[in-house]
Amino acid sequence: MFRITWVRHVFILAVLAAAQSLWAADAAQPVRPGEDVAVSTAESGKFGGRLSIALRSEPKTFNPVTLVDGSSREITGRLHADLLHINRASQQTEPALAKSWKVSKDGLTYTVALRHGIRFSDGVPFDADDVVFSFQVYLDEKVHSPQRDLLVVNDKPIVVKKLDQYTVAFQLAQPYAAAERLFDNIAILPKHLLAKAYEQGKIGESWNISAHPAEMAGLGPFRLKEYLPGQRVTLERNPYYWKTNKEKKRLPYLDEMTFLFVPSEDAQIIRFQSGDTDVISRISADNFALLERDQQSRGLHMVDLGPGLEFNFLFFNLNSVVPKSANTLAAKQQVFRQVAFRQAVSAAIDRDAIIKLVYRGRGTALVTQVTPANKLWRNDKIVLQKRSVDRAKDILRRANFTWKPDGTLLSPSGSPVEFTILSSASNAQRTQMATIIQQDLKDIGITVQVVPMEFRALLDRVFQSHDYEAAVLALGGGDVDPNPQMNVWVEDGSNHMWDLGETKPATPWEAEIDSLMKKQLSTLKVADRKKLYDRVQQLVADNLPLICLASPNILVGAKNKVGNFNPSILDPYVLWNSEELFIR
Amino acid sequence: MKLTLPLGLLTLIGIHLLFLFCGYIAPYDEAQQDRMAAFAPPTKVHLARSYPYIYVCAWNAHETDSGYDEDCSQKFAVHLFVNGGDSHLFGVASPGRISLFGTDGLGRDQFSRFLFGARLSLFAGILATFLALLLGTLIGMTAGFYGSFVDSTLMRFAELFLALPWIYLLLAVRAFLPLHLSPIQTFFLLVVIIGAIGWARPARLVRGIVLSGKERNFVLAAKNLGASNGYILRRHILPQVYGVVLAQAALLVPQYVLAEITLSFLGLGVGEPAASLGNLLGELQQYHVISSYWWMFLPGIALLLIFFSYFVMANALQRRLKFIAV
Repeated sequence: MFRITWVRHVFILAVLAAAQSLWAADAAQPVRPGEDVAVSTAESGKFGGRLSIALRSEPKTFNPVTLVDGSSREITGRLHADLLHINRASQQTEPALAKSWKVSKDGLTYTVALRHGIRFSDGVPFDADDVVFSFQVYLDEKVHSPQRDLLVVNDKPIVVKKLDQYTVAFQLAQPYAAAERLFDNIAILPKHLLAKAYEQGKIGESWNISAHPAEMAGLGPFRLKEYLPGQRVTLERNPYYWKTNKEKKRLPYLDEMTFLFVPSEDAQIIRFQSGDTDVISRISADNFALLERDQQSRGLHMVDLGPGLEFNFLFFNLNSVVPKSANTLAAKQQVFRQVAFRQAVSAAIDRDAIIKLVYRGRGTALVTQVTPANKLWRNDKIVLQKRSVDRAKDILRRANFTWKPDGTLLSPSGSPVEFTILSSASNAQRTQMATIIQQDLKDIGITVQVVPMEFRALLDRVFQSHDYEAAVLALGGGDVDPNPQMNVWVEDGSNHMWDLGETKPATPWEAEIDSLMKKQLSTLKVADRKKLYDRVQQLVADNLPLICLASPNILVGAKNKVGNFNPSILDPYVLWNSEELFIR
Repeated sequence: MKLTLPLGLLTLIGIHLLFLFCGYIAPYDEAQQDRMAAFAPPTKVHLARSYPYIYVCAWNAHETDSGYDEDCSQKFAVHLFVNGGDSHLFGVASPGRISLFGTDGLGRDQFSRFLFGARLSLFAGILATFLALLLGTLIGMTAGFYGSFVDSTLMRFAELFLALPWIYLLLAVRAFLPLHLSPIQTFFLLVVIIGAIGWARPARLVRGIVLSGKERNFVLAAKNLGASNGYILRRHILPQVYGVVLAQAALLVPQYVLAEITLSFLGLGVGEPAASLGNLLGELQQYHVISSYWWMFLPGIALLLIFFSYFVMANALQRRLKFIAV
């Protein structure tokens, strides 16, 4: 009898000891001497607690090299860190895993000093080998990483060299403007976990959604705890994270962060209202108004951050190769190709009505692709003219358009002008925009049909089959710098959506935009770049390959109890400082 | 009790006349936007001693519950039989705007949209019912009267149609058609599809009646006296079927109206800016509309009343039928 009890005691003690050691591993590690930690300047908060946020869809992967979808990015962004980071609040680059960096005089070599003594979330030390390995992976053509495009300058990939255990040199083939911004969002990978998969050519398949959390590690503030398909992803504190608060206590404050899968915006609003989630972003002005109305009673803090970088636009199919099945398209394109026609359409669109009806006043009318949020790059000399049906008709008259007695607009060749606008059926706002344009263009005699269709089918028509007449789409900006938009404006860019797959510009103004964009890319002085980009904006405003319409304000919210809530107009709007967020 | 049928019939005829002349009764065009009045609540009609009048509403950015204030500085009388460009049953002088059911997100008059939308949806339902019953009666009578091989072939076909998942069929048909169809084309497409799928159930009903009806003494007598098959079908069998077909019609119309609503709700029906009941109710898919703008439910409530009249009719017809049968 005595013996059994004794054995039991020993057993219980052993279990307790094991639990203790497990707990110790999960708790934030004390800062060791010689460890180059970064110190957060944000308000010191309370440790512990959990933050919940809703995601529109499930992640497709946890692999930062191959991910393309927003949900995966939202999650892996918390699991990994980059060398140099764009501070979402100041919009300036700041050191992250790099302690400092130096640019050579010719602008071709970046020498980056890494932080000493910091560790991945599994406790393994980080050094220059991990950096070299990571860039090797991103630059490998066989890996098909979407980030590769950014790291290839003038068809020559960046060369990465290890100088010593904590110093890495990056060599560019030609001067590249704002090259330090390239490093943002390039997650540094743990060589000790991924080298084998890479050698076997299986890096694309590793870290997929069925991977075990123990197979993964990163340098971000959190690490993966569990993924329950159909329900949620839970992240837990990375006990080795390389940032501390002002009291030298290791961040993050939160023990856990949970991403719930809530497929529609309406359902997300309801979950947020009922207190299931703590922060919310990407909401429409209508829903924002709804939440704002009872923010007092529900203890919410709703913020209208003002204009963001997203711009919505109408564009016409100017592709030179169009499907034969679209037999009327070629004839209509003769009208679409006339700059005067596009100018008249632009003049006839009531952008103020779009702001008022679609965004309930929480948006800005646009004349170019650069929104007012981008104070650094916006060309203030271009002014948006008020909607004028007379001006639109005047432009058309001068371009030999005529009208039938019943008011129908006739093209110079005598056929009635009508076209179909595609919009995404799942995006009520953009469909509403198209309906407003439909009504506006009726005033100058153009018959417009609006066809809402499933988003992927729409993208397929725009990017693959080119079987459409016009469409309303939006492009968001991950950054204020013009460089991420290279693929929209250079002739062979993958997002040059009005005329895809061309290498030779179809018109002189397209040639000029193409050369200006390439020139600004290799110009190092900001003032000179600005002059070049100003000209690009002027050309876009004059020739209207994209008829820019409006930019919605960034609308976000959080419970009052979320501390250090400091949303930004740059993506990810609310979670960019997740290590500093805490629950009061 | 005896009055239910004529009363129900009169109500239904009244409602349908209302929708048939919606162009005259509705004060505005279904697509006309008033961009200063998005999601405005129903206009309050004030009553003076001699005439009803309204005030213009102005947006006040949610200072009041609805977000709109009445501007009491100027009265706008509600006139009957206005004649300005188009004639309308009632209206107010510009810039006054009367919207009895409020406005939607683009400032379009919900009352006008309801009338236009109900015209489209109800008549699509009625035409589809007519088509389904026509096909159903023909096929059912043929199957029941000729029996044997014809019967079993036609009835297996009917079962096939009953088992068909029609929403998927519609999705497939829609995918084959050109990107944009005018509202008229969509209207007939809906009618044809709903009607062509819906014939199976009435056909089975009719077949049952014909099966028992063709054994009746007067039918057998006519046959023995040398009447042709066509004559017997027309003169003796068809009258027996009428009652069932009529009662079916009263049941099927709301069902098919609902089918149109489902399709438009899913975005497969008539496209913007044309109104249909499905388009109007589709707006209620958005949470902020449900929770903020109660008047957006009005088309749904009105629809409820219409369906109710139809079911009262169907009930009364069925009762009458039993009475005759006894």
